[in-house]
Amino acid sequence: MASRPRREGMAKLTGRELYVDDQPIEGCLWGMTARSGEPRGRIREIRFGDGVDWAEFVVVDHRDIPGPNEIRMIENDQPVLAAERVRHVHEPVVLVAHASREMCRRAIEQIEIVIEPEPAALDYRVEPKAEQIQSGDGNVFSAINITKGDVEAALGGADRVIEGVYETGAQEHVYLENQGMAAWVEDGVVVVQGSMQCPYYVVNALTHALERDASKVRVIQTPTGGGFGGKEDFPSNLALHAALLAMKARRPVKIVYDRGEDMAATTKRHPAMVRHRTGVDADGRLVAQDIEMVIDAGAYVTLSPVVLSRGIIHAGGPYSCDHVRINGRAMLTNSVPYGAFRGFGAPQSQFAVERHMDVIAAELGIDPIEVRRRNLIRDGQSTSTGQVINDGTDRVAVLDLAVDRARVTSKRATHESFNASHPYLRRGVGIASIYHGGGFTGSGEDYLKSVMHVAGRADGTVEVLSANTEIGQGTQTIFTSMAADRLGYEPEDIEVATPDTSRVPNSGPTVASRTAMVVGKLLERACDDLRRRVGLGDGDVGAVVKRAICDWHELNPGGSLIGEAKYEKPPHVSWDEKMYRGDAYGVFAWGTYAAEVEVDLRTYEVRVLAFDAVQEVGKVLNETLARGQIQGGVVQGIGWALMEDFVWERGAMKNNQLTNYIIPTSMDVPPIGVVFLENPYEHGGGGAKGIGELPMDGPGPAILNAVAAAIGVQATAIPLTPERLMEQMTHA
Amino acid sequence: MPEPAEHNGIEVGLTLNGRQVSVVVGLADRLLDTLRYQLGLTGTKEGCGEGECGACTVLMDGVPVNSCLVPSYQARGCTVKTIESVDAGELGPMLESGATQCGACTPGVVLSARWLAANKDLLESHGVRELMAGNLCRCTGYDGIIDGVRAELGGDGCE
Amino acid sequence: MRVIMPETLAEAVDALAELEGRAVPIAGGTDLLVHWPERLADRSATYLDLSKCEEMRAHVWSDDALVLGGLTTFWDIVRDKRARAELGLLVDAARTVGAVQIQSRGTWAGNIVNASPAADGVPALMALDATVELTSAGGTEQVRLDEFYLGYKQMRRRPDQLVTRISVPRWAYSVQRFVKVGSRRAQAITKVGVAVARSGEGWRVVANSMAPTVRRCPAIERMLEDQVPVSGPAGFEEAICSDLSPIGDIRSTEAYRRGVMARVLFHELSPICGWVGGEPE
Repeated sequence: MASRPRREGMAKLTGRELYVDDQPIEGCLWGMTARSGEPRGRIREIRFGDGVDWAEFVVVDHRDIPGPNEIRMIENDQPVLAAERVRHVHEPVVLVAHASREMCRRAIEQIEIVIEPEPAALDYRVEPKAEQIQSGDGNVFSAINITKGDVEAALGGADRVIEGVYETGAQEHVYLENQGMAAWVEDGVVVVQGSMQCPYYVVNALTHALERDASKVRVIQTPTGGGFGGKEDFPSNLALHAALLAMKARRPVKIVYDRGEDMAATTKRHPAMVRHRTGVDADGRLVAQDIEMVIDAGAYVTLSPVVLSRGIIHAGGPYSCDHVRINGRAMLTNSVPYGAFRGFGAPQSQFAVERHMDVIAAELGIDPIEVRRRNLIRDGQSTSTGQVINDGTDRVAVLDLAVDRARVTSKRATHESFNASHPYLRRGVGIASIYHGGGFTGSGEDYLKSVMHVAGRADGTVEVLSANTEIGQGTQTIFTSMAADRLGYEPEDIEVATPDTSRVPNSGPTVASRTAMVVGKLLERACDDLRRRVGLGDGDVGAVVKRAICDWHELNPGGSLIGEAKYEKPPHVSWDEKMYRGDAYGVFAWGTYAAEVEVDLRTYEVRVLAFDAVQEVGKVLNETLARGQIQGGVVQGIGWALMEDFVWERGAMKNNQLTNYIIPTSMDVPPIGVVFLENPYEHGGGGAKGIGELPMDGPGPAILNAVAAAIGVQATAIPLTPERLMEQMTHA
Repeated sequence: MPEPAEHNGIEVGLTLNGRQVSVVVGLADRLLDTLRYQLGLTGTKEGCGEGECGACTVLMDGVPVNSCLVPSYQARGCTVKTIESVDAGELGPMLESGATQCGACTPGVVLSARWLAANKDLLESHGVRELMAGNLCRCTGYDGIIDGVRAELGGDGCE
Repeated sequence: MRVIMPETLAEAVDALAELEGRAVPIAGGTDLLVHWPERLADRSATYLDLSKCEEMRAHVWSDDALVLGGLTTFWDIVRDKRARAELGLLVDAARTVGAVQIQSRGTWAGNIVNASPAADGVPALMALDATVELTSAGGTEQVRLDEFYLGYKQMRRRPDQLVTRISVPRWAYSVQRFVKVGSRRAQAITKVGVAVARSGEGWRVVANSMAPTVRRCPAIERMLEDQVPVSGPAGFEEAICSDLSPIGDIRSTEAYRRGVMARVLFHELSPICGWVGGEPE
């Protein structure tokens, strides 16, 4: 498949692409949110000051919600608007709307939410006291266990047992387009349009809380300026807020968050702490892995059980080990709720295991490359959930290629003399071997029951109708290419419809690295179905297909010609949800990443000098887009590892501005080297595996492994800010 | 002293994208607001409101500025160019290189890149990455952008 | 909110006099407009827009000095070839301020009167013995920049005065060094900063983000003047204690600032002063 230029690229380059705040909506009001100032407590009173004339405003609180005051997600525990109590700072309580955005700000300033505080749980790592319990009997939202073999016995028989505790901090998405949503009522239908990844999640949230039938709700995704998971679950909250205001105002309402509000009040990556207790033999072979993973869920469940699930499934690393026990739990705290972020638990758990592999290597005096070579899972071996890997990928070759591309051996030699002679700079290289399952875990894809449509139009052109969104990763271009290649069409004759739930079926959310792999496969099958419906076979392509579609329309004027495909689980996949055993994912993508760093001992700053990302991805559908995914993900990973730090105050982000939450600029990262290997996955669209999240898994551990190589410091937590590195070195 | 302008408005004449325009702006308006909400030139984006991200970059009297930090009344008598002034025909290299993904940072990036390409002597003292450092991007990891800029420069300029 | 828009300096200072200084002068706006939509209280202020007082814009080279105008921007100096050749400290400092978009609008004068302890332009100017010219309707006065700050956000500027010139003498410098330790390599607020210069007038060491104001470090300067041999970063600890008072804040910790300042000083000055030893661990 040729590397076709991004379909909507020119519209973006010329500034003509219209995001939610760019689209003029006649008569639209601005909406804004008044929020809790306490991490936990009972709402005693809401006072409206007299600094504004309230008659000018539309004001909404929980009493305006027609249906249950619940945001439909996994558990419906998060209220749309807080009613009697609050569970985190910034929890939404009251909404206002006005034609002037400035007047909205003035109104919010005039609202005082009087709360009687209750004891807040603010540290997920410690067991809550009785008065801090708000869920179950221990504030545990979710607990999952993976068991393979007999870990205790195996640990008892191991040559060495090596322990380690690793921590990863939260991460803020910093999509360059802030969250925004507009809503209005049209002919009895609540219409919501805005920046989002999953239109049907929003439909579900609206039908539930507004107590409406799905036919009375319409959700349209506008061009979305970045998501990274931050616009997976949160938009349901914002959509309900905009809709409630619009319904009460009987006018369109648009809510667009300020950056500071977006950073402080919306979801972030789950902080995590992972303990390893690993039994190894004298050669560094894994004999037993005993792993405990705890994540901070924040005040409501959101997607935490699934984040935890993916986290623990990847917690053992891409290795073979016969005895594994992984215990995971997601804890309630009175922090702003955490949510989806690219990687979804796997970057956290793989940071831990990949650091730990180097710690093991150091303890045993074995090269960390060699330790990985000995343990990388081979075909025929099984993962921690008992999934037998048999995909034909030579994971050792991936490792060797990365080591070669990054010139690890020669760099190590150069660094030795450099480090011995330079007064304050030290260099090192580090690697990490990673993997990432494509699509929803276990029975997830089954549960989604995704449907894809491809419409043949009267002029013979074809329209792809799916709920999967373009959020920068290239959905429009990939779907165009796939449909064009399948049908033998020119790209100009393929249109990808705007995800508008009044027109597109539910092909599932744009998450979990599933769009090209899972939904792309549905697209191919839907194209085939379209062909069949006009009496053609899989071998018919190009003009003959076009003519057949035109002919069909002539025979069926005004008719609707839709090729359809529904998700079918690949036959080889079998998962036991209860026992947490079996095939967690249809397929994994595999990689080894290498980082070269320079540590400045004057300032304790760590600089990445070079980075090489080598991965096997099934099939590269579009070289430019795929490379862009890896490079972008790696740079997000570099930011997470070295500079994206939080200052917390009562469970909320105090450094909520771009001056103080530091993401990499162009000066902070080197060119990112990318190499793809291919081993087509037959159940993936175009043979592709999912790659969107894989690049988040490698940079953190590779960089910290490189730091250890450079200065011998075994850092175990990220972000490894200069302050933390200094602290660790001066207290060593 | 000169008559102070009150909150509600002042007439500002400027050269905008090559044309003389006159617009009545609120004193509290930022150039970003005037461009987006009053003049309907929505290509310029608001990313942070504090001059950190560069999504609001416009060219003012020939240099890139963050329009979120420019009071509209200061644009009087100035020459302003927004993304709407850029000819699509010149953007092929950036399309090919993968300089845009979600597009939210893109207009600011393009303006900085075009300015750089029109002032190549800057490369005698600055690297490309330093000149582009005022444009944050979260999607590309910067390689697609830097490769595109270098292609526009005709292969000049080291990192 | 009111905005006064003079077209000359005379109009500007007359307006300030008439208002008894109760107006906020605005030049490039890169400090004053941060988070502007959220700062509703500022809607009741009066601003004095200096941006069209063209006579304040130019910077001038005379035989003795580089004289910056009240509206000279960081970018003006970055682009000045003579500045690069002769007063590299100014150019190095200017290049670390934000990024191009901030350098093109931010003024040296604005940097001075904003009086942030983290200001990056001020240490460079102070290390080069800059003198500030303050103008009011009543006349002008000159104040050495290293005597300009009296305390946190307090300075020797009356509200009816504007900074109209910043004069940097053209000494012959044997050392000009600017070190900025920020949270990243561009668009960063300084965590630890120091400007070092040496001319016939002596050593100048000026720190930012290490005290309530940008300030010279007399004890450190004395060590250099007296050619005290220093064997490692620890050799500066006492002088740092005496000259500076770093704090922990949203960006960094006291321990980091203290420790890194000592290390930066040692490693910057070590090759110049010919010290040996003091290898980091």
